Amino acid sequence: MSVSIVSVNDLAVHFRLGGGFLGKGLVVRAVEGVSLVIPRGSFFGLVGESGSGKTTLGRAILKAVPITSGEVVFHDGERAFDIPKLTAADTKLYRRRAQLIFQDPYAALSPRMTVRDIIAEPLEVMRLTKTRAEIDARVRDIAAKCRLNVEHLRRFPHAFSGGQRQRISIARALVTEPAFLVADESVAALDVSIQADILNLLKALQRDLGLTFLFISHDLSVVAHTCDHVAVMYLGRLVETAPTRRLFTTPMHPYTRALLSAIPSLDPDDRGKAEKLEGEIPSPARPPAGCKFHTRCRFVRERCRSEEPRLREVGGGSVVACHFAEEIQATQAAA
Amino acid sequence: MTAPLLDVRNLTVRFATAEGLVTAVDEVSFQLRSGEIMGLVGESGSGKSVTAKAIMRLNAGNTRYGEGTAITVTVPDRRIDVMALARERDMRPVRGDLVSMIFQEPMASFAPAITIGRQMIEQLQLHRPLGRREASEIGIEMLSKVGISEPGKRFDQYAFELSGGMRQRAMIAMALSTRPRLLIADEPTTALDVTIQAQVLELIRGLVAEYGMGVILITHDLGVVAQTCDSVAVMYLGRLVERGPVRDVIRRPQHPYTQGLLNALPKLEDLDAPLTPVPGDIPSPLERPRGCVFHTRCPKRIPDRCDSAVPHLIGRGDGREVACFAAGAEAA
Repeated sequence: MSVSIVSVNDLAVHFRLGGGFLGKGLVVRAVEGVSLVIPRGSFFGLVGESGSGKTTLGRAILKAVPITSGEVVFHDGERAFDIPKLTAADTKLYRRRAQLIFQDPYAALSPRMTVRDIIAEPLEVMRLTKTRAEIDARVRDIAAKCRLNVEHLRRFPHAFSGGQRQRISIARALVTEPAFLVADESVAALDVSIQADILNLLKALQRDLGLTFLFISHDLSVVAHTCDHVAVMYLGRLVETAPTRRLFTTPMHPYTRALLSAIPSLDPDDRGKAEKLEGEIPSPARPPAGCKFHTRCRFVRERCRSEEPRLREVGGGSVVACHFAEEIQATQAAA
Repeated sequence: MTAPLLDVRNLTVRFATAEGLVTAVDEVSFQLRSGEIMGLVGESGSGKSVTAKAIMRLNAGNTRYGEGTAITVTVPDRRIDVMALARERDMRPVRGDLVSMIFQEPMASFAPAITIGRQMIEQLQLHRPLGRREASEIGIEMLSKVGISEPGKRFDQYAFELSGGMRQRAMIAMALSTRPRLLIADEPTTALDVTIQAQVLELIRGLVAEYGMGVILITHDLGVVAQTCDSVAVMYLGRLVERGPVRDVIRRPQHPYTQGLLNALPKLEDLDAPLTPVPGDIPSPLERPRGCVFHTRCPKRIPDRCDSAVPHLIGRGDGREVACFAAGAEAA
């Protein structure tokens, strides 16, 4: 059993919608009852459609949104952090070890700072270095690791393409030498020909620096190629986690099945073969009773409408929240 | 031989900017038949949206069309020379009547403070001599046709009251209410979740089968093309580099850029296959490479040729066209 870097237990993050006349007392349960373990050194994928709570879960682990209830423990081998109870001093220490890479490399970089200053800023804010020479050495080192030229450092971000900007964002996130990174849709805004380059860079950095990634994405093909574990969220709940190969060959939750089936295949002969998922994701402010997926599930039964399934192990490393997962999987595999 | 529904010849689009004339589309030619769904594929800056907007003359005021540019829309009773349309009023047939367009972000395409129904009525009355009641009936019928439940109720709602998928359906209903012969769909599913994308693409395919209009589907997603289109045209930095039936282009791409795009895509059938990026970055449109626009990133470039001479799109006799010196040599 591998050692965990992040373990989440029964986490809930609720947002109260403003006290307006319509939103009175309305609570959005963005994340509810989520438990998961991210093994140290893994490339952990988190997938789901918009409104599934994947971004909120990532932010909660980084202590970037208030945690309503539940546990989040971070342990990078040196020391443990109890995230919901972090003191101000410990929060500062934690920020060095857990960092975020943003989605949009155009919005994330200040146009008025040189690339060198952008990458160096976290060091200065956290007062991690004493001299300018020390900062320069650290910036040059991390820039080289992210395949940026030394001459790039003097320029401003507008001179760079999307792929280069994302490399600058990654260098900035890595300069404090974190052990854990949350990459939230970090390749979603990039063109296909560039996307592969950034994914390869993230994988190389993970291997060479011994990092752990939480890779949040809506793109299942990208996740399939980069992650070793995958967790699937739906309407604030975790519905399935499994090792990547297992999830893509033997999806246990009906939602995972439907999601995989909806990826447009490159084979024109696959037309019409997709398993159709009717309807849309319900509002997180008014989730259905019972299993949150039952309104769209084609295997729905009476029990699903009233009783919410718990996450349980079903073998092969899969953990799934579905009352009838084994039965559905068996009949679907036979069909 | 009958004329194709859409005939685009030597489309060249330049924008006058503070930094000089920027070429966005360079001598692009293609044809589209009725009932055909053509995928127009390319990365950001490839000129795919500018090409589509030229058909409706929707590009901004600083647009300069090339001298040889000719766009013709031919329907049984009419033939429209799009470039010859001078006044806004004359452009109505290609703006919402014979040609209609749907966009990536439906929220930005609906007026937020006017009900969906009123917008549908306005569009219909602009192009057809219809009374208010008739127009409402057509509008509600279209909403129901695109799979919107309770169409009568939705008709009186505002765009913000609908979910993303419903909004895109309503957008399609509005675009098709005038029964256009040509539909231009610019990244219609990019902002949607993958399960909703599958629903919307199926809807578009079904409507083409029923109405027989031609469709240009602009997308960066080759999977969407494979699942939806009959033919595909690939653009890079303003030039059309390859065109042909979707099956052939995706299975046996001829242009090194098309090959690079397909290699860069993560494939679910083979999780161990390495992801191969197309080397280098897309050049800035202000610094378009001489010769073949792709030669700066091309693994097959021929020294002293690709960096000076421009390869033209050449038909190969099997319905495919490729603009590449190296691909031609390979086939011979």
